[in-house]
Amino acid sequence: MADYTNATFEEVREVGKGDFATAGQGSAAFKNTLKKLGVGSAVVRRVAIASYEAEINLAIHSDGGKLTLSVYPDKIRLVSEDIGPGIADLDLVMQEGYSTATEEVRMLGFGAGMGMPNMKRCSDEFDLKSAVGKGTTITMDFKLG
Amino acid sequence: MTVQQVIDALNLKLVTEGVDTSREITGGCVCDLLSLVMASGEEGMAWITVQTHINVVAVASLHDFACIIVSSGCEVDADTVEKAASEGIPVLASEMSGYEIAGKLYGMGIK
Repeated sequence: MADYTNATFEEVREVGKGDFATAGQGSAAFKNTLKKLGVGSAVVRRVAIASYEAEINLAIHSDGGKLTLSVYPDKIRLVSEDIGPGIADLDLVMQEGYSTATEEVRMLGFGAGMGMPNMKRCSDEFDLKSAVGKGTTITMDFKLG
Repeated sequence: MTVQQVIDALNLKLVTEGVDTSREITGGCVCDLLSLVMASGEEGMAWITVQTHINVVAVASLHDFACIIVSSGCEVDADTVEKAASEGIPVLASEMSGYEIAGKLYGMGIK
């Protein structure tokens, strides 16, 4: 995906490993920010859902990471970056129903293998890059106007 | 039909005391898989579930649900109640099963 610079607005939220109780706070903050900026409610909703899925994924699967919301005149970019452990099979992880979540996480109603497909569905452009032992970066763009 | 009208008609308990219940309910879903609710929820829904941990509030809030209805006599976690109250999301509780509540709501015209 194309590199973009000079965002008109940027907000960063850290998500720690296992941060279940606080997951959703970042998405809620992003949602409020976009509403205040006057972004249409349908787009706000899609960004909020994608960002929540990303937050939950960071809490469940990563060793810690962050979400960055950047607003440009013609689009919104949401980037999820973590410090590991990385994903071995990128095709498998995009497959609906595939999940490596623990039984404990599934009991909470997560880990159904729907997060990644849902993020892709919500965004206009979706890019997933990962290296085992290094980390995962998901970039999602949402068109404005 | 508003949240308050549903509370009165089904004799539900408003767990989040003092939260505004005048909002219109425009649809509903019965689901305990938060991932699926995230993927298929729509604004204005009444969400019937037996999940009671704090993450249900985040999901309901992101979707702008009208209310959360906890079925089958499940006890709602204290931090969930607190969080929902602070977000202004009504949490209702009932001894009825999700099946029964959904059937009644559907019969009352919430489709």
